[in-house]
Amino acid sequence: MAEKKLVDARGSFCPGPLMELIAAIKMVEIGDELEVLSTDKGSAAEIPQWLKKVGHEHLGSHEEAGVWHVNVKRTK
Amino acid sequence: MKILVIGGGMGGTILANNVARTLKDDLKSGKVQLTMLSASDKHMYQPGLLYVAVGKMTPDEMYKDQASLLEPSIQFHVDPVETFMLDDNQVKTKSGKVHSYDILVIATGSRMFPDSIPGLKENAEFFYTEETAVKLFHRVREFQGGKIVIAMGVPHKCPMAPLEITFMLDDFFRDRGIRDKVQIHYTYPIGRVHTLENVAKWAQPEMDKRGITYETLFNLKSVDGEKRVLHSEEGVDISYDMLISIPSHKGMEVIETNKLGQNGWIPTDRYNLNMEGRSNVFILGDTTNIPISKAGSTAHFEAETVGANIVAMVKFGAPVRKYDGKVFCFIQTGSESATYAMFNYIKPPDPKAPTRAIHWFKLAYNKLYWISARGLL
Ligand SMILES: Cc1cc2nc3c(=O)[nH]c(=O)nc-3n(C[C@H](O)[C@H](O)[C@H](O)COP(=O)(O)OP(=O)(O)OC[C@H]3O[C@@H](n4cnc5c(N)ncnc54)[C@H](O)[C@@H]3O)c2cc1C
Repeated sequence: MAEKKLVDARGSFCPGPLMELIAAIKMVEIGDELEVLSTDKGSAAEIPQWLKKVGHEHLGSHEEAGVWHVNVKRTK
Repeated sequence: MKILVIGGGMGGTILANNVARTLKDDLKSGKVQLTMLSASDKHMYQPGLLYVAVGKMTPDEMYKDQASLLEPSIQFHVDPVETFMLDDNQVKTKSGKVHSYDILVIATGSRMFPDSIPGLKENAEFFYTEETAVKLFHRVREFQGGKIVIAMGVPHKCPMAPLEITFMLDDFFRDRGIRDKVQIHYTYPIGRVHTLENVAKWAQPEMDKRGITYETLFNLKSVDGEKRVLHSEEGVDISYDMLISIPSHKGMEVIETNKLGQNGWIPTDRYNLNMEGRSNVFILGDTTNIPISKAGSTAHFEAETVGANIVAMVKFGAPVRKYDGKVFCFIQTGSESATYAMFNYIKPPDPKAPTRAIHWFKLAYNKLYWISARGLL
């Protein structure tokens, strides 16, 4: 497995953290992990919903000093 | 001191003109040299492609001679860069010429990349190049009825274009008097019709009002041209008679082949706009990897920051400004009304109620663009 890829989407209103993740996930191999950083609370909720719908794995989320860390695994 | 700008699009042109005007005396005395290398002798007003696709602008109206937009003190060559030798502060061009620099600016833009989705290139219509926009115009002109599906990939340049083409097609078929025979079906990658929440809030009822149908959380996976069906990553299938796509984008191939950044996006410091690890290489516009809109206004505001910093580096050896992530986008809300969204890394967008005045300003901007490119707006 490659090193975890960081998707630094802090301060991104447009395209926004979910769109950044959708672009980034295509750039890693199946089985690789990504960590999305977001300053937008809405995206922190939106990302797991999308992961569920599309079938990638949500490894967990946590907030630290106003930044949401969303951990993701590409599964297909 | 040699300043070298690669790319004569929105970002490169504004930057070079700003620097040339501010360092006028230094350029005249020969203390500073400012050179631009580009891939074309023409400058395209890219938003014009939307209008060409629906026959509201002719292709030639989108172009001006690049040299006519530049301050005369800028040495301009149409000779695209093929090799970046950043460790030696040099680039090599297609003609074989080597240019050395003290400060380098890369603003080579981005390109649509339909090849990433099986079946897309062969079966969809596009409008992000002159050739494809003209072809789309002929297709919609001849279209007699059926289902048009609009689908996009991520990332793509100009976040407003998906909505704009959708509403423009609605107007186009109303004008042709066949709107009742055409179903316009819009798809979008995330769970609302636009990534900006406030934009989605007006766009969705506007679509309902116009009878435009939509499917959200739809990310293209493949296209079956024989059966005329789109398949999404989310497991949804949609049939079409005509497929119009804004495919996902990449930076230019030369960026990838020189290993400056994955998919052609160059790792860029979001505040200083220098290429990560290189203080004398600045990156502007679409080709950065910064998570903000790939738009002309982004390139414009970044060019202002980098321009001021290059001048400061010449005058006192260090940059003075930071980029705050500012983006400004016009939002056409109907054929007679528009609004705008402005935001930066910290301040979210808060679009005001649409007005006719903003619509007229947006139309005027189609012409004002050229003044903006000269760095005068
Ligand atoms: C249909 C459409 C509608 C749009 N609408 C809007 C809008 O309403 N508002 C908005 O803000 N933005 C809009 N945009 C986006 C905007 O046009 C781009 O984001 C903007 O032009 C990016 O500027 P840039 O300087 O990064 O790249 P570009 O303007 O694309 O310029 C890139 C330059 O690099 C040159 N080049 C390429 N390769 C090389 C090389 N190897 N060596 C040297 N030079 C090279 C090219 O010739 C070109 O001159 C729209 C785009 C499209 C396609």
